[in-house]
Amino acid sequence: MSEIAETAADTVARPLPLAARLARNTPLRRVLVLACVALAWEIAARWQNNPLMFPTFAATTAALWEGVTRDNLLGMAWVSLATLLKGYAVAVALAMFATAFAVSTRIGNDILATLTAMFNPLPAIALLPLAMLWFGLGEVSLMFVLVHAVLWPLALNTHAGFTAVSETLRMTGRNYGLRGLRYVWLILIPAAFPAILSGLKVGWAFAWRTLIAAELVFGVSSGKGGLGWFIFQNRNELYIDKVFAGLIAVIVIGLLVEAVVFRAIADRTVRRWGMVR
Amino acid sequence: MSGGTNPLLLADGVTLRYAARDHVITATERVGFSVRAGERFVLLGPSGCGKSSLLKAVGGFLKPEAGEVRLRGKAVTGPGPDRMMVFQEFDQLLPWKTVRQNVTFPLLASRRVDRATAELRSEEAIARVGLAKFADVHPHMLSGGMKQRVAIARALAMEPDILLMDEPFAALDALTRQQMQDDLLRLWEDIRFTMLFVTHSIEEALIVGSRILVLSPHPGRVRAEIDCREFGRAAIGSRVFQDTASRIHDMLFATREAAQGDFQI
Repeated sequence: MSEIAETAADTVARPLPLAARLARNTPLRRVLVLACVALAWEIAARWQNNPLMFPTFAATTAALWEGVTRDNLLGMAWVSLATLLKGYAVAVALAMFATAFAVSTRIGNDILATLTAMFNPLPAIALLPLAMLWFGLGEVSLMFVLVHAVLWPLALNTHAGFTAVSETLRMTGRNYGLRGLRYVWLILIPAAFPAILSGLKVGWAFAWRTLIAAELVFGVSSGKGGLGWFIFQNRNELYIDKVFAGLIAVIVIGLLVEAVVFRAIADRTVRRWGMVR
Repeated sequence: MSGGTNPLLLADGVTLRYAARDHVITATERVGFSVRAGERFVLLGPSGCGKSSLLKAVGGFLKPEAGEVRLRGKAVTGPGPDRMMVFQEFDQLLPWKTVRQNVTFPLLASRRVDRATAELRSEEAIARVGLAKFADVHPHMLSGGMKQRVAIARALAMEPDILLMDEPFAALDALTRQQMQDDLLRLWEDIRFTMLFVTHSIEEALIVGSRILVLSPHPGRVRAEIDCREFGRAAIGSRVFQDTASRIHDMLFATREAAQGDFQI
């Protein structure tokens, strides 16, 4: 029985040549792509020669440095992130509650299916004018649109994940006498975790976009703080290099969350378990 | 019904029906059998004879429409850890747990024993199925046969009243299947557990079982009950083995013409 695995473990390893090993290094290849984009940008901006409308890569980098050291760009970013995390947490809790309800009753299932079908295609930012009217210019309005941005895609993914758990795995769980919340927590959630994780990712991306867009309108609370507000204000004052710096900050934070946070979660869970390649 | 001591498991006039898209299908009709402690009882029949449904009814996943299943004299009303299932599908292992955690999990989840005992028992069960080296590996690193070994170890560690096996070796290649059958018999020699084993292979039934219930399909009814304690792997070539196999074969074939069911040896 174990012979096959044993020989596989004992197979003699032969190192690949250096060039082949470098070509297999994904981060290295990605950095190379980024360097090419930066170079193309620099060339295009110099050729355009219009620093007001289209600053060079070098100027943007300088503005980004200045923003971080003097204009409190990191502080602004933190204000955005803190708001985002609050909205995200509320939405995740609501989504879990809604899907747990949906998997346990048929009517709950119908309600969730109808609501997600209705609200998922509606861009969260379209609710901002209404939210401003109801909750005023402040964090509550932002939370409202954020929750809307995260709740539906996450509920949709989680629910799809729960439904896709195989009959065998369900019977295995029930065989041990598991039922109710323990069954959901110990069997359904880990079994559906690949789908839940992808829902969390989609939700995060939606929330980040929605938040930046919303901040462009009034900052985090009536004109104070946030990356979107930083971009908006600098555009008003025609500091276009700082606008670019703000945009880059938005991209970098989005990338970091995706490549560091979610990647780490996936590596420790679904990849380790062989549920996702 | 077989006489002697009180049966461990009793299925009495069990009729199972389930709803398909728009009609109700009868899986078994008034099927009765009894299993004594330490027996290797096989439900044998072509697909459509309701043998898996019967096993699920014993497992508590299906409620009989008529008749009842009794374990140690108590009616079965739902799934429980006193009847551990081993399925055909490889995905019965929890992919997010290592081999060791998979074996320990039911012991802890059913709150039968404390952690120390659970770990001790899982250690022993994993060693019994020869996977001690792989205890800290996740299931996706294992071959199909190894996964089934883990499922068996997991079930045995619970020390259930009865082990329910639903074609556990059907998805394995022929060589691995033989090996697993022999290993299962060796485990039984060691521990003498009681098992209810479902298969559609006559040969497997004769080798693995000590008693066989032959079922005919559409709907599942009892055709015969055969004592096969005398047959092991060594008996395969013998005259008696061949005769018994072809006798069972004929029983199943007779119904095949009428019902158009299909089965393999």
